[in-house]
Amino acid sequence: MKAAPFEHARPANVADAISLLAAQAGTARVLAGGQSLGPMLNLRLTQPRLLVQVDRLPELAGVAIDAEALTIGACVTHAAIADGRAPDIGGNVLARVADNIAYRAVRNRGTMGGSLCHADPAADWVTVLTALDAVAVLQGPAGARSIRVAEFVQGAFRTALLPSEILCAVRVPRLPADARWGYVKACRKPGDFAHAMAAVVLTAHSRRVVIGALGGKPLVLQGEAASFDGATRALQAMDGLDQVQRHMQLATVRRALAEADA
Amino acid sequence: MRHAQGEGIGISVPRLEDDRYLRGKGEFIADIRLPGMRDLAFVRSPVAHARIRAVRKPPGGEAAVFIAADLTGVQPIVAMSGLPGFKPSVQPVLADSKVRHVGEAIAVCVADSRAAAEDLAASVAVDFDELPAVVDMRSALTSETRLHEHWDDNVFLETFVEVASERFARPAPIVVRRRLRTARQCMSPLEGRGVVATWDRRLEQLLVYTSTQLPHIVRTGLAGCLGLDQGRIRIVAPDVGGGFGYKGILLPEEVCAGWLARQLGHPVRWIEDRREQLTGNANCREHDYDITVHAEADGTLIGIDAEAVVDAGAYSAYPFSACLEAAQVASILPGPYVMEAYRCRTFSAATNKPPILPYRGVARAGVCFALEVTLDAVARQAGLEPHEVRLRNLVPADAMPFDNITAKHFDSGDYPECLRRVVRAIDIPAVRRRQVEMTGVLRIGVGCTIFCEQAAHGTSVYAGWGIPMVPGFEQAVARMTPDGGLELRVGIQSHGQGLETTLAQVAHEVLGIPLSAIRVVHGDTALTPYSTGTWGSRCMVMAGGAVGTACRELAERIASIGAHLLQAPVEAVRVGGAMVTGPAGSVPIAEVARTWYLRPQDLPNDVAPGGLEVTAGYKTLRDSGTFSYAAHAAVVSVDTELGDIRILDYAICEDGGTLVNPMIVDGQVIGGTAQGIGTALYEQMPFDDAGQPLGSTLADYLLPGATEVPEPRIEHMATPSPLSMFGQKGIGEGGAIGPPAAIANAVNDAMAPLGVELTELPITPRRVLAALLARAER
Repeated sequence: MKAAPFEHARPANVADAISLLAAQAGTARVLAGGQSLGPMLNLRLTQPRLLVQVDRLPELAGVAIDAEALTIGACVTHAAIADGRAPDIGGNVLARVADNIAYRAVRNRGTMGGSLCHADPAADWVTVLTALDAVAVLQGPAGARSIRVAEFVQGAFRTALLPSEILCAVRVPRLPADARWGYVKACRKPGDFAHAMAAVVLTAHSRRVVIGALGGKPLVLQGEAASFDGATRALQAMDGLDQVQRHMQLATVRRALAEADA
Repeated sequence: MRHAQGEGIGISVPRLEDDRYLRGKGEFIADIRLPGMRDLAFVRSPVAHARIRAVRKPPGGEAAVFIAADLTGVQPIVAMSGLPGFKPSVQPVLADSKVRHVGEAIAVCVADSRAAAEDLAASVAVDFDELPAVVDMRSALTSETRLHEHWDDNVFLETFVEVASERFARPAPIVVRRRLRTARQCMSPLEGRGVVATWDRRLEQLLVYTSTQLPHIVRTGLAGCLGLDQGRIRIVAPDVGGGFGYKGILLPEEVCAGWLARQLGHPVRWIEDRREQLTGNANCREHDYDITVHAEADGTLIGIDAEAVVDAGAYSAYPFSACLEAAQVASILPGPYVMEAYRCRTFSAATNKPPILPYRGVARAGVCFALEVTLDAVARQAGLEPHEVRLRNLVPADAMPFDNITAKHFDSGDYPECLRRVVRAIDIPAVRRRQVEMTGVLRIGVGCTIFCEQAAHGTSVYAGWGIPMVPGFEQAVARMTPDGGLELRVGIQSHGQGLETTLAQVAHEVLGIPLSAIRVVHGDTALTPYSTGTWGSRCMVMAGGAVGTACRELAERIASIGAHLLQAPVEAVRVGGAMVTGPAGSVPIAEVARTWYLRPQDLPNDVAPGGLEVTAGYKTLRDSGTFSYAAHAAVVSVDTELGDIRILDYAICEDGGTLVNPMIVDGQVIGGTAQGIGTALYEQMPFDDAGQPLGSTLADYLLPGATEVPEPRIEHMATPSPLSMFGQKGIGEGGAIGPPAAIANAVNDAMAPLGVELTELPITPRRVLAALLARAER
């Protein structure tokens, strides 16, 4: 379990990082906290020629809030968010979700941006940031672009990121004062991958239920469909789920809705 | 219980070895660096069953890659058993014509670092002709595919035991039949296996550092495979970071490393990684039971009629063989109970999986689960509390010692009292009251179990198995150093049990020398007397007895020198408290040592000519083993929507006889219980139909951690064994035996109102829900 040979670069800024990626024609990978990429390298599941380490870039470490949204640098760690180092967007939702990601040792190094780019279907941020209608801010050789997290995550371990792009930040809209949220995940022990999860965000004008850990991109239910019955119908229509998985997913939906209603 | 002052038997002395462990100053296998040492990586089979057509070394890398044909003079590993009908397998050190499990070693690569050796390994190409894989143990019994071509089936051994089985033909008021299954687990000590080998040119000796529990047995096995005299091999076990049976095996990797070190003329090392451990090496535990219990209407047992299959994997591992597990199932299934009839047939099935290895509580964890879950079903049918059925059938205290239906000799104890205490501790009536209110999504249940644990198996027991290793007299060396220190040399290996402390406590008990002046030397064939090593909860009884015997003989020699120094007749002096005391004065043992070594001119020639170094051998009064026993009880909650199980309370009552160090005993019980919780709720290595293991990291293979293991409440009984030197009994494994049964029974108690019973380990959320959903459909 030792990684295959690779080159390692620690660029001074995002522009240099993008140049390095662009020069490598898809054989480089961006290394942030390394909590998923590290084991994958050691298991030789991925064998990039170049690792571009970005975790210490100041451009990716910032946190700022304005009237509409919180902007979190991609390399802000789960622990920093759990510890309240990002301003609250409402309901203390980000800190409370972050505090239950894996366990502290992972949270200390793992980053929000890294988690989104890894796009594990069972990852907390993939589901929660989709439910919060967050936007991913990307930068590449052609400049910056923004894309909703719901579209950024395209499937299991697949994103809209181009080979020479970097995810720089995530913009998470403030929750309205009347917003209620719930988030429930089922896993066999802390730190284990979730086998069912649901995030719920309800406001006076919108309802959103997002179901994760489905093996692909999260399932988004909005408006009328964002209900227990809607989730039941949607999961029944989904291929590849057996009765037990469906039952567990629905249990997390029911509980997340109950949390939001409480 | 004996009462001793200070540092002797019965005192919870802090562990002497912890100073170096806790400061990170121990020396484990991967800490060893020898000049010129190179790393090994193995090419391992990606398929479960195949003929090897060709192994192609990378161009330019031929000299650093070794395959079966290169290993001239190396013999395969063969672990025989003398049990009638046993078929031994031939386990090549590197697969030659065929591979029989995923992870089997095919080639070994040598490079300057492990990473470079892995690069080399990745460039070796193997051409396979794949064969159908035999994956399920039950289908293995009837499969047309043969693992070992010259066999006429896939069975290492079939055993059959029956006592008064004609009784089963008569109708019984209660007949309960269950099919139960335990998972294939992977033993997971913190430190994996590893070996460093080097050829000592001066001594013309192969020096092998290896993370083992049985250095002397590894030497014997290794010498056979390499064709070397045993005197040409020295095995050193450095600090060993947990074993649990995983390190009680001769490894193909040890044979390869030994051969390479001699051939290449430089040291080599192999450090196992977690993927090798999980996918190819550490298999254990997988049982399948078809068990029928016959009982009277009041729950009194008539007998047990059972068939059990153990999935032994592809090869018979050295030295314990492929039959130990299943053969033990047949002899221990009756548990601590009295019955009039018994019948059990067992099969050790050969499958395309890694060989099954003996794991803490060998066979017992599965046996206890199978019998105790079925007994709870008997209790439900009889309309009794489960513990009442058990109390009706346990061997009573006044029947001790007791020879049970399979001729096991229970040496001492009060089994019913043990169960009563744990039932009291867990407070069953309180759970019953809460159950009345908790009828929603969250249910709670209580379960208990009781079992006994044969330990320190002796000569006749193992001679009966006929495997390559039979324990005889356990030996110890006790020798004084010139400054009055005491050195104990034992052939066992302490790999977490605290034996550097407890054996010193035994010596202190005899001689009174302070622990600070006692050193325990173990784990080195050059420094210690022969021993079968550390396994089967034997060390405190056997090595403890050997140290006690050696120290008593040493005391006699000390007495004769001391008597001379005191100018008193030897009959008038006694040794104790680090002194020799006579009628008119005393002399420190340290002074005795100084005199014998440094001032021999002060002693006449007829005083202690043998010196202050004694090798003594020890056996228990009879060699049928000590029987510790324990009752476990658990309260669990079951989330009937998500299938989650939480352990709310856990109580244990345990009888280890005289406890040499109660704190260490608690540590053994707690550690074993954590592993038993893993067996009950988490650990499982699934295989697909092609024999592929489906977990390769600890993210796939779940181990219980700090958040899953409650603090058990432990109560001790201390009925001295009449067979051992100080009344001590082996208790190393018991903690791991009880939890699957206690937890399964608690889950089934919670689920009983819903008409659901779980009979397969581990009890995962998915299994709980599947059972509930299947019930809802009926």
